[in-house]
Amino acid sequence: MLRYFLKRLLFLIPVLLGVSIVIFVIVHLAPGDPAEVMLGPSATQEEITNLREQLGLTKPLYVQYGIFLTNALKGDLGRSIKTNAPVVDEILERFPVTLTLAILGMIFAIAIGLPLGILAALKQNTWVDALASFFALVGFSIPNFWVGLMLMLLLSIYIPILPSSGFDSWKNLIMPTIVLGIQTMAVIARMTRSSMLEVIRQDYVRTAKAKGISDRLVLTRHILSNVMIPVITIAGLYFGHQLGGVVITETIFSIPGLGRLIVDAIRAQDYPVVQGGVLFFALCVGIVNLLVDLLYAVLDPRIKAQYRAAK
Amino acid sequence: MSGEKTVLPLSLDAAVVREKRRSPWWEVWRRLRRNKAAVAGMSVVILLVVVAILAPVLAPYDPNQTNIRQRLQGPSSEHPLGTDNFGRDMLSRIIYGSRISLYVGFVAVGIGAIFGGILGAIGGYYGGRLDNFIMRCMDVLLAIPQIILAIAIVGVLGTSLLNLMIAVGISQLPRYARVVRASALTVRGQEYVEAARAVGASDRRIILENILPNCMAPIIVQSTLGVAQAILSAAALSFLGLGIQPPTAEWGSMLSSGRQFLRNAPYLTFFPGLAISIVVLALNIFGDGLRDSLDPKLRQ
Repeated sequence: MLRYFLKRLLFLIPVLLGVSIVIFVIVHLAPGDPAEVMLGPSATQEEITNLREQLGLTKPLYVQYGIFLTNALKGDLGRSIKTNAPVVDEILERFPVTLTLAILGMIFAIAIGLPLGILAALKQNTWVDALASFFALVGFSIPNFWVGLMLMLLLSIYIPILPSSGFDSWKNLIMPTIVLGIQTMAVIARMTRSSMLEVIRQDYVRTAKAKGISDRLVLTRHILSNVMIPVITIAGLYFGHQLGGVVITETIFSIPGLGRLIVDAIRAQDYPVVQGGVLFFALCVGIVNLLVDLLYAVLDPRIKAQYRAAK
Repeated sequence: MSGEKTVLPLSLDAAVVREKRRSPWWEVWRRLRRNKAAVAGMSVVILLVVVAILAPVLAPYDPNQTNIRQRLQGPSSEHPLGTDNFGRDMLSRIIYGSRISLYVGFVAVGIGAIFGGILGAIGGYYGGRLDNFIMRCMDVLLAIPQIILAIAIVGVLGTSLLNLMIAVGISQLPRYARVVRASALTVRGQEYVEAARAVGASDRRIILENILPNCMAPIIVQSTLGVAQAILSAAALSFLGLGIQPPTAEWGSMLSSGRQFLRNAPYLTFFPGLAISIVVLALNIFGDGLRDSLDPKLRQ
């Protein structure tokens, strides 16, 4: 088990290296010179040349990448052009906000999506199923920024019970959580429904019922434990998606998180922040996928046995 | 007697052949037609395409004609969906906006499906190290949240219609690569591919004529759902100010500029969002139905 975990951790390295190359190239292909951006329009050509020299921008690209990578491994992602603060500090300062939102969004998504999917499957082909499935499809299709604005209109303007921006109290978290979680909720509901329908027809469920076990026990012990595996896969995959979704949510509700940091950095051509921010996002996605993999083993004895065998 | 015996199987064969001559697509269409939701979704999509094509005929006003005296007017018989802060007719802007959304959706998916498909087919067909390399590259793209990747690409290339489509297309690459690769892997070992190779067909020809046509079903399903996703992503980017720029009538950017009037003129954000929702919902319903008809085994 531990060996498998370490192996998976090793797989993360090439992916992160790849991400660092992709983002490094993207950022360095960008028009606009960081030195010019830093010095502003009033700078002379000489000042710009000097600063370029100082920042190492005159070196060949692969040398620059080498320097970036060595520093990144030491936990140094450079300094922001705009604030001159270390990029790592800027990221870590905002990360708790973003992580809180992403986790709350996921809790919301599972808390609504899972029961919805179970209900739809248990009442397959009835109006309950139709309604739940349609609700899930709508949740998957409507733009989350629109949901955010409409919620704001309803709950901050028409019935002013929730604040529309800021990040001071738990009340600030309600609307962003819904906006962030709604798509994942829909996906989880759909996934739960189809995986329930598959499991319900399995022989072991029929056997359990034939043995006279109560419906409730069959549902929790025999059905749900098997339904959880694909659902967790999807939840894990969408956690990364949600980390991306914070960009929108944080913009709408003026929340000072990591997503806003990156969007603002792109607008301000603050490339070190863009570079570091995206790399950090990829690291988070990678770690979440790893955790999901490990969770399988905990939930599914068959997979656990496979790990043992692989050892 | 023996003559009759030979006649019977022959006629059966003929019946089987005739049944098979009906192309598999006809069979798909037959199944699709029975799925009411899918037909409804398809009808809405077709309707929207027609609206987009006929925009100049259908729109009551010029979408970019400003009229300050008539700014921020609520829905009325003159302006069914109201006017924006420059006095432009919202209905006309939404009708014209359908052109951009559908165009961006289809082109972005075209970019993603063509390049992703080629990469997936090559990986699946050749296998080995090349396949490994391609799929690891896709893992890298998947490790970056789609919208962040698109934002970074647009941030670099600059904001324009083409760049928006490229950004959304690239962020969708992996899904097509994966789907095509999976099909290519199964098709690769089939006898007709070996037969093609035996008669000396080039790899390029085998990929184009034997592998890709067999991956069409999953590509079509992925693309339909992909267009929906692309429209959402493009609108999100425009909403963030990183996509289509004002004054072009585009739903995402209309929503974004309507935002500051949320309190007094909520219809400015309501209608463009509703338009996006309807298109995306219709495409998703249609895509779901298409998947069920193309692969009845998945139907539950």
